[in-house]
Amino acid sequence: MNRSLFARTWPGTLAVLLFAVFVFPVYWMFSTAFKQRGDIVSETPVFLPLDGTLENFRTAFSADHFWTLVGNSVTVTVLAVLMSLAIGLAASFALARMKFKGRRGFVVTFMIAQMAPWEVMVIAIYLIVRDADMLNSLVPLTLFYMVMVLPFTILTLRGYVAAVPRELEESAMVDGCSRPQAFIKVIFPLLAPGLMATSLFGFITAWNEFPMVLILNKDVEMQTLPLWLTSFQTIFGDNWGATMAASSLFALPILIVFVFLQRRAVAGLTSGAVKG
Amino acid sequence: MTAQTERVDAAPAAGAPVSVKTPKSPDRRPGRRGESSAPYLLLIPSLLATAVLLGWPLVKNLVISFQNLNPRQLIQHLTEWAGFSNYQEALGSEVFWRVTLRSIVFTSINVVLIMVLGTLVGLLLARLGRRMRTLLLFGLVLAWAMPTVAGTTVFQWLFAQRFGVVNWMLAELGWESMADYNWFGSQVSTFSVVILLIVWQSIPFVAINLYAATTTISKELYEAASLDGAGAWKSFTSVTFPHIKPFLWATTFLEVIWVFKALTQVYAINRGGPDRLTEILPLYAFVEGPGNQHYGMGAAISFLTIAILLVLTAYYLRTVLKQGEDEL
Repeated sequence: MNRSLFARTWPGTLAVLLFAVFVFPVYWMFSTAFKQRGDIVSETPVFLPLDGTLENFRTAFSADHFWTLVGNSVTVTVLAVLMSLAIGLAASFALARMKFKGRRGFVVTFMIAQMAPWEVMVIAIYLIVRDADMLNSLVPLTLFYMVMVLPFTILTLRGYVAAVPRELEESAMVDGCSRPQAFIKVIFPLLAPGLMATSLFGFITAWNEFPMVLILNKDVEMQTLPLWLTSFQTIFGDNWGATMAASSLFALPILIVFVFLQRRAVAGLTSGAVKG
Repeated sequence: MTAQTERVDAAPAAGAPVSVKTPKSPDRRPGRRGESSAPYLLLIPSLLATAVLLGWPLVKNLVISFQNLNPRQLIQHLTEWAGFSNYQEALGSEVFWRVTLRSIVFTSINVVLIMVLGTLVGLLLARLGRRMRTLLLFGLVLAWAMPTVAGTTVFQWLFAQRFGVVNWMLAELGWESMADYNWFGSQVSTFSVVILLIVWQSIPFVAINLYAATTTISKELYEAASLDGAGAWKSFTSVTFPHIKPFLWATTFLEVIWVFKALTQVYAINRGGPDRLTEILPLYAFVEGPGNQHYGMGAAISFLTIAILLVLTAYYLRTVLKQGEDEL
């Protein structure tokens, strides 16, 4: 009896425990962000901040350059993702729908490119950007982020394009559409979920990117949020409340998008072998 | 299964990676103008961007690694060839080998933990009822979605010496000496925190994918196994495991590649400290190059790191392409 009770309940119990382990850091970030200073520097941690405060967020908002960096991060991320979607969609259409010499080679090329060790290439990138006299600018960042997410964009969209039944396109062409027209009128609307899932990954990559901006943009006005967040000690000292508020603000856009698009996002990411 | 093998019809995979092919000049027959050159035209922007922004830095990296490029040469824009001296210096230094060994150990520990725990969590997901599964999936997705740098900052706070919740918990559990423990004061403890962070961030990918893979196993196989008298363990080893083995193999490689270059977490958590003791290869190259202004030397270390990663990637793609057979 005892044994069978255990046998019936252990998976559920373990699931709850694991849930707690995985969620706790995220919970701790948000809860600390809302805590009063006294509840943060307390010998016994306060697990439920009932008398919450927005003070920490106020500190983060009013930190030097915060809004500039938000602007930079958003600009770089959105532009990189849109550009890679634009040129990636063209490439993925060719790879999914057309027969031509070297198609396989192109696919493998993009597969290799997806694994590119960007973190290890920053020295060469620094020297290239320096020679082009473009240090402390958002332009090289945008361009490199675009290429960083491009292979994934192409390979994932290729799957989504291939999934659109060929007959739809053909019947549109029978009805008098040219091939580009058939693409825009028939395939493109059906690709919306694919475009969304793909851009989510691009968004995460560009939003998170750290080593490149660290080496390229020393000018605070031209940095992005990850860099700002890692230097929180110089900004906030030992003020963990403000630091966690800043982390929360940084993480929130991605967490929201992820939770809303959860199923689609997970499907998209798993099909592309990508670490979020 | 795991990787970029989406469903598209084509010839079977041959294996070894293929380098960039330059598009052949399209023949333009009158009447069908554009039809044969269209795929190349569509590919040109992507190929161009990849070649310029990815190919060029790779080549540049190789070129610099054969140069003396210190502040003097950098400022005066001098090109001073150094032959293999950067490589000789790197490969001859004891530090390089120590960092390499450290990277290998670091990567191994991470990947073993990620794969074992990720697999177990994935199998648990497959076993759970619907409500519990949704709950656990939600937790996993949340950890997965957490941006790297935000995660790192949170772990610094969790493991903070004063008022950190981990130290408090350890002290409560009877480990009094941990009450004021400085996690970032020694090599082993700093690495422990980084490893926990990376494992926490990486398990969701493995677990969710593995769970997805198990859902594709047909129920009949299990029924057949149990009719043959197979117990839980036997049906795991004879049905589940063979099915998920290719996935596990490919994912292990992906994780090795990802962890090996996990510069962000290591740098952000303690700047490779204390005393440069937690520098792994990518970070070592970073510190030698831009940090100490020995760009040639840094590039040589980078290139050696890239070479290791390329071998791993080639092997990974080979396995994936083999599995994909007719899918490419």
